Amino acid sequence: MVIGLIVVILLPFILGIGLYLKSTMLLENQSLFKLLFSSDWRPLAGKFGFLTFILSSVWVTVVSLLIAGPICLLTAIHLTQYAKTWVLRLMHPVIDILAGIPSVIFGVWGILIIVPFISDYLGPFLGKQVSGYSILAGSIVLAVMIIPFILNILIEVFKTLPDELREASLSLGATKWQTIKLVLVRKAFPGIISAFGLGVSRAFGETIAVLMVVGNVTTIPKGIFQPGYPLPALIANNYGEMLSIPMYDSALMLAALVLFIVVMLFNLGSRFAISQLEEKE
Amino acid sequence: MDQKTKITISDLNLHIGKQQILKNINLEIPEKKITVILGPSGCGKTTLLKSLNRLTDLYPEMKVTGNIMIDNDDILHTGEDITRLRQKMGLLSQRPYPLPMNIYNNVAFGLRISGRKKKRFLDKRVEHYLKMANLWDEVKDRLKDPASALSIGQQQRLCLARGLAVDPDIILADEPTSALDPISSEAIEKKFVELKQQYTIVMVTHVLRQARRIADYVVFMYLGEIIEQGTAEEVFDNPKEEITKQYLKGTFN
Amino acid sequence: MRRLRNIEEKFFRVLMFLSTSIIVIALTLIIVSILYKGLPSLTWEMISQTPKGGFYFGKEGGILNAIIGSLYLALASTILAFLIGLPVALMMNVHLVKHKKLVNAIRFFLDLLWGVPSIVYGAFGFTVMIYFGLKTSLLAGIFTVTLFIIPIMVRGMDEVLKTIPRGLMESALSLGSTSSEISYRIYIRQVISGLITSILLSFGRAIGDAASVLFTTGYTDHIPTALNQPTATLPLAIFFQLSSPIPEVQNRAYASALVLTIIILIISIASRYFSKRYQKNRIKN
Repeated sequence: MVIGLIVVILLPFILGIGLYLKSTMLLENQSLFKLLFSSDWRPLAGKFGFLTFILSSVWVTVVSLLIAGPICLLTAIHLTQYAKTWVLRLMHPVIDILAGIPSVIFGVWGILIIVPFISDYLGPFLGKQVSGYSILAGSIVLAVMIIPFILNILIEVFKTLPDELREASLSLGATKWQTIKLVLVRKAFPGIISAFGLGVSRAFGETIAVLMVVGNVTTIPKGIFQPGYPLPALIANNYGEMLSIPMYDSALMLAALVLFIVVMLFNLGSRFAISQLEEKE
Repeated sequence: MDQKTKITISDLNLHIGKQQILKNINLEIPEKKITVILGPSGCGKTTLLKSLNRLTDLYPEMKVTGNIMIDNDDILHTGEDITRLRQKMGLLSQRPYPLPMNIYNNVAFGLRISGRKKKRFLDKRVEHYLKMANLWDEVKDRLKDPASALSIGQQQRLCLARGLAVDPDIILADEPTSALDPISSEAIEKKFVELKQQYTIVMVTHVLRQARRIADYVVFMYLGEIIEQGTAEEVFDNPKEEITKQYLKGTFN
Repeated sequence: MRRLRNIEEKFFRVLMFLSTSIIVIALTLIIVSILYKGLPSLTWEMISQTPKGGFYFGKEGGILNAIIGSLYLALASTILAFLIGLPVALMMNVHLVKHKKLVNAIRFFLDLLWGVPSIVYGAFGFTVMIYFGLKTSLLAGIFTVTLFIIPIMVRGMDEVLKTIPRGLMESALSLGSTSSEISYRIYIRQVISGLITSILLSFGRAIGDAASVLFTTGYTDHIPTALNQPTATLPLAIFFQLSSPIPEVQNRAYASALVLTIIILIISIASRYFSKRYQKNRIKN
C-alpha cells in the first residue's frame, strides 16, 4: 500500500526529473533561451530551435479552445438550467462515449471529414486554395476531443451552485436568463476559468489526432489555414531517427519536458482555483 | 377577523410525482401583520412559502393545483408577468445568499433589472434601503466590497435590504434567523416587528419561542396539512388540536 | 425593454440548442463515417490473420497481431494498475480517512498525473527503457501504459469509495472486525459495480492510447509470445496503415479503426451498465 502511495506521489517528480536528465546534454551545449526562441530547426547541423513548434502548439490550443469553450459553456447551461429529462438522458451517454473515443479515431475522423471539408468547401468559399491539413483542422478535431472533458467539469460547476441563489435572483424579479447571465455565470466564473484551463492543458499535450491532420510542416504558421507542427507531433514523428542523429534524443526529451511543464502549470493553476472554490463553499 | 386579507389560498395541492407535499391548503393571510407558519421540519412549510411567489416553477417535477389570490389576482393562473409578480414579494431564505457582486450592486440589482438605471436614483434607493435594514452605518464606506466579505448576520440584513429595494408589499421569510447568532437574530426579529407597519410578513420557523415573540397570526402545519390556524393568542393559549398541544409543549415525537 | 430581454433569451436558447446539437452531430459523424468507410473493408480475414507477405502493399493478411497485441497490453496494464491502485484507493478512504489534508493532497497529485499527456509518459518510458538497456517490447509498453492509467484507476475507485458513508464503516468497526477486514470485505461488496466501471474506463484508455506506446512497444507482424518481444497495437496499426499511399492499405486502416471503435463502444456500454447498477445499489447519504 505504502509503496503504491509513494509511487503516486513521486511520479510527477520522477517524470520531470527523468526528462530533465535526458535533456541536460543539449542544455549544456545551448542556452535554453536560444532553444525556445529560435526557429532554426536543423537537427543534422545541431540546430534545435523550438519556436516553430511552440507557436504551432499555441495556435492549435488557442483556436481549439475558442471553438470548444463557447460550445461547452452554452451546452452546460442548457443541460443544467433548461433541458428536459429526455435531453439529459440522451446527452449523458453521448458525452461519455465521446470522452472514451481514442485519439487515433478522432484523427481518422479528421482525415475523413474535417480535412476534406476545409479543402473542398470552407477554403473555396473563402476564396482560398488550401490542402485542408492545417491549424484549423487540428483545432476542430482537438475541440471535439476536449469538449466532453470541459463539459463534464462545467456541468459539475453549475450543479454545485446553490438553488437558493437562483431563487434569490428570481424573487427579485429577474427572468431566468437574467439570473443565468448576471448571477449564475458570474458565481461560476472561477469554475469556468478552471475548466477552460484544464481544457488547455489537455489540448496542449494531445498528440496523435492532431498530428494526423495538422500538416506537420516546419514553418511558423501565420493563419489557421496554414499547416502547423505542434510539439507533441514533433516528438511522435521523429522517435525513429532519434538515436541516429547526435543530440536529437536530448532535444526531443527537452520538447517533452517543455510540454510537461506547460501542462503542469495549467493544471496546477486550474486545480488550485477549483480547490479554493470548494473550500469557500 | 376584522382586518383586511392580503393573500387567500384555497384548495392548494402540491405533488412531486406520487408524493403529495401540500394537502388542501386553505389559508387567509392578513395584511400588515406577521403570519408565522410553524411546524416540524419536512411538513411543507417552505414549499408553501415558495409557491406564494411561484418559485415552484423552477422545479418541473412539482405539480401545483388550487388558487392563490393576492390583491384579487390568482397568481397561479395569472396573465401578469411572473417577474412583476415576484417583485411584489421580497424573499429571505434560511441562509443569506448574497449575489456574486458588490454590496451596492446587490441592493441595486432588482432595480436595475427592471430598467431603472439612473445612478442618482439608485444611490438614493440603495442608501434608503440599507438604512431600513440597519446596515448602512456598517457598510457605507465599503459599498464596493464584495457582499461575501460581510459577516453572515450582515449578509442576511443585506438580503433584506435587497428584497425591500424592489418595493414589495409582502415579505416572505424562510427561517431567516436559523443561520444567525442570537444578536443578529434579535435584530432581524425587531426589524420585522417594525416593518409590519408597511408590509405583510409571512415567516416560516420551527423556533417556537421566536413565533411567540413576534407572531400576530399562527398557522400550524403537519405532514403537508394545516392542522390549526388562528391569532397568536388563540393558537398558543388555547390550541384545539391534540397534535398542536403536543408540539407546543415540546413533547412532540 | 421587456421584449428586448425576451429576444435576447430566445437568441441564447437557440445558441444553446445548437451547441448541444453540435456535440451530438459530432459524435454521430464520427461513428457514421468510421462505419461507412470501415465496413466495406472489414472482412473475417482482417481480424483472424496476421499480416502476410506484401500486406503493406495491399496483399493478404489481417491485423490479428495488433488486436491481440493491444489486448495483451491493455489487459496486463489494467491488472497491474488495479493491483497497485486498489490498495492506494482503499488506504485513502479507510486508513487515512481522518487525515483529510493528506488525502486531498494525494487526490491533487493524482489529478495532476491524470493531466500529463500520454506522449510525455511515452517519452519517459522510452528514457527508462534506454537506461535499463531494454529494447522496444511488450514489457516496456506495459510499464508505460500502467503508469499512464494508474491515476485514472485510482481516482475512479477513490470517487466510488468516497461515497460510502462514514457511519457504515463505524458500525462495522463496532462489530469488532479489524480495520483491514472491513476494507477488504464490506467496502468491496458495496461498491463492486463502481469499481468495475473504473476498471473498464482504465482498460478503454489503455487500449485506445497511441502516443504512450509509440516509443515503447515497437511494431511487429507477429503475435508476441514473450514479454521481451516487440508488439503491434491497434492504434498504431491504424496510424501506420493510414499513412500509406496505397488505397487498399488505407481502407484497411478504416476497417481497423472500426474494430477499435467497436471495442471502445462495447467497453462504454458495459461501463454504463455497471455504473447504473452502482448508482442504484449505492447507499444514499
